[in-house]
Amino acid sequence: MKFKTLVSAAALAVAATAVSGAAQARDQIQVAGSSTVLPYASIVAEAFGENTDFPTPVVESGGSSAGLKKFCTGVGENTIDVANASRAIREKEIKACAENGVTDIIEVRIGYDGIVFASQKDGPAFTAFTPSDWYNALGAKVLKDGELVANPYGTWAEANADLPDAEIAAFIPGTKHGTREVFEEKVLLQGCEDTGAMKAMVDSGMSEDDAEGACMSVRTDGKSVDIDGDYTETLARIDANQNGVGVFGLAFYENNTDKLKVATMSGVAPSTETISTGEYPVSRPLFFYVKKAHIGVIPGLKEYAQFFISDELAGSDGPLAQYGLVSDPELAATQDAVANEATMN
Amino acid sequence: MTDVTLTTTPASEPARSKSLLEIDERTKKRNAAETRFKFYGIGAIGIGVFFLVALLVSILSNGLSAFTQTSISLPVPLVQSEIEAAEKSIVKTSKYRDIIGAVLIEKLKTAGVSTDMDSKKLLQIMSSGAPGALREFVLANPDAIGTTVPFDFLTSSRVDGYFKGRVTRAALAEDKNLDSAHLDIVDQLKEQGSVTSGFNWQFIFGSDASDSRPEQAGIGVAMVGSFYMMLVVLCLALPIGVAASIYLEEFAPKNRLTDVIEVNISNLAAVPSIVFGILGLAAFIQFAHLPQSAPLVGGLVLTLMTLPTIIISTRASLQSVPPSIRDAALGIGASKMQSVFHHVLPLAMPGILTGTIIGLAQALGETAPLLLIGMVGFIASEYPSGVFEGFLSPNSAMPAQIYEWAKRADPAFYERAWGGIIILLLFLMTMNIVAIILRRRFERRW
Repeated sequence: MKFKTLVSAAALAVAATAVSGAAQARDQIQVAGSSTVLPYASIVAEAFGENTDFPTPVVESGGSSAGLKKFCTGVGENTIDVANASRAIREKEIKACAENGVTDIIEVRIGYDGIVFASQKDGPAFTAFTPSDWYNALGAKVLKDGELVANPYGTWAEANADLPDAEIAAFIPGTKHGTREVFEEKVLLQGCEDTGAMKAMVDSGMSEDDAEGACMSVRTDGKSVDIDGDYTETLARIDANQNGVGVFGLAFYENNTDKLKVATMSGVAPSTETISTGEYPVSRPLFFYVKKAHIGVIPGLKEYAQFFISDELAGSDGPLAQYGLVSDPELAATQDAVANEATMN
Repeated sequence: MTDVTLTTTPASEPARSKSLLEIDERTKKRNAAETRFKFYGIGAIGIGVFFLVALLVSILSNGLSAFTQTSISLPVPLVQSEIEAAEKSIVKTSKYRDIIGAVLIEKLKTAGVSTDMDSKKLLQIMSSGAPGALREFVLANPDAIGTTVPFDFLTSSRVDGYFKGRVTRAALAEDKNLDSAHLDIVDQLKEQGSVTSGFNWQFIFGSDASDSRPEQAGIGVAMVGSFYMMLVVLCLALPIGVAASIYLEEFAPKNRLTDVIEVNISNLAAVPSIVFGILGLAAFIQFAHLPQSAPLVGGLVLTLMTLPTIIISTRASLQSVPPSIRDAALGIGASKMQSVFHHVLPLAMPGILTGTIIGLAQALGETAPLLLIGMVGFIASEYPSGVFEGFLSPNSAMPAQIYEWAKRADPAFYERAWGGIIILLLFLMTMNIVAIILRRRFERRW
């Protein structure tokens, strides 16, 4: 029977591939994690494939938390080797890692990334913000006439008379993004302290921790929208809403200057220069984490880590800086640490 | 009750007209209802056609520009000492970039284009992939060292966008990657014929590129990934699906158990595809230790998804073969198996193939399950070196590649995402047309 032979041949072929596949060693590096780090990691991966004899690493995105979770599932060929993160790894995650046998982790800081606040190019004149403006516009409870009240403001002008009289429509990163954490700490919490709302909360009998938590909670009446997708989604929302103000990474803004205009924060315009000097207040370090146990097992892993932070790539003249990364002034120390495979304590 | 109806019915009935030529009230009403229904139908079709046209227009207007690409021709002298020095450094391509920069400055000088930009700034008009292309050529053709080789390098995505009308001079005011001064240079080079636009073969046959060089990105490798996945689906889903349906339809006793199986197969067809992705991650990667991001795993997951479609369509086409054929075969002494394989199956084949092709087309456009098994991301692999690697080395798939491009910052990627959709649609249309032709030519009606 022709048909029967065909069926059995096909089944055999696939089964054979499957079995031998399991036995074959993996020879390319697997990376996952932050979508903020993804562009940099992809630039490095591409250059790594171009410049060395190792195959081009595979870089997946999905968010810092998702990446670190995947990273911590264990040691072995079917787990990832590197996790990209737009925030430092948390105690809790280190513990989860240790429980699964991932103990020796090398932390590598690749540089800094600025977070910018941008709106439609032809929209209302959002040109200057302060953390207090953002807290008053987005905080769940704000200080009005000396009293803590549920956020009453409907327009930016109500929150601060210097701002345009436009409806509040903010598009901020969702909680699975590392960017959200920076936004909460460097903008909302700062604004909460600046406006005196924090003090009022503590005075009303809240503990310091509870007050901090309350400061970082965002109003839920629809004026602030969490974006769980990528910056392209935020951009689409702003394209559709003239009054929209969104939170972006500096590199994303620099690629879309024809559609977006950026606002200053506390009087400082975001740029690689102001971020590297620390003048621009809303920035954060970017990291990747390497499993030491995989060095020597997965070919090219240590070379990839060293290549990533080499002066030619991560330095202030390199392609990463060209794309929007703010290079780390202490890059040399990081290079030494990676060369010595120094793990976290 | 009956009394009431009996008495009221004649009262509510309108008076009948006396002549057949005269249209009475009721007929008018019925005719009006029919006319209204026709208009509703036309309206529904109109809305459908409107959305289809709107979709096609937006896809074509956004995506067609991905099929052209601007390039710049430069004769590069390959000097032995320069290449040796470049090969000794860590980031070799940065040294090759310096070589290209020097050539570009020389070129502008001979072309009579004056500029005060340094080589690094000047190189922003070219793709950052140019040094890699140069190095690849040198490694592949060591004999060419010492000669001058004419190259066609891609221009950067913004220069390309300028010629396509996507980037305007006004928009460059805030842009740190390109200035108006760059555009003056490329305008002059274009007049002299050094900068030309042509069909973008790189887009059809190339692989994915990093965020800094969208101009180099292509969908070719992802196409190969999709091809291998479809191969796995075809080799697994067709035999398993057909075997299962033949057994259920022709051999299985009709009892509770087979009823439960039947209902579950129908249910399986309605399970959201992401569920199969989670299943694939747990079963194939975490349990069976198959490699991540491999088309083999993608194919296995899509097989699970396609199986119910194939089983349902196969059973339908087996059912449509009249019982008289089976009876006749059995009557002249064929065994049950012979009657099925010699007579019923060949007659049902066109229907089975149609169902399979439609199932494959569905699987080809699926992204969600691939998200979970690592096939979405920056997977800029080269073409697999062999059939074996084709199944196992990391690769993406066409819809996953489109999804990935749509997320990236540079608008040039967005254009490519639409271009990718055009290619994907062409594949889907071809498959559906083949299915229709098969059905038209071979299907027998009873």
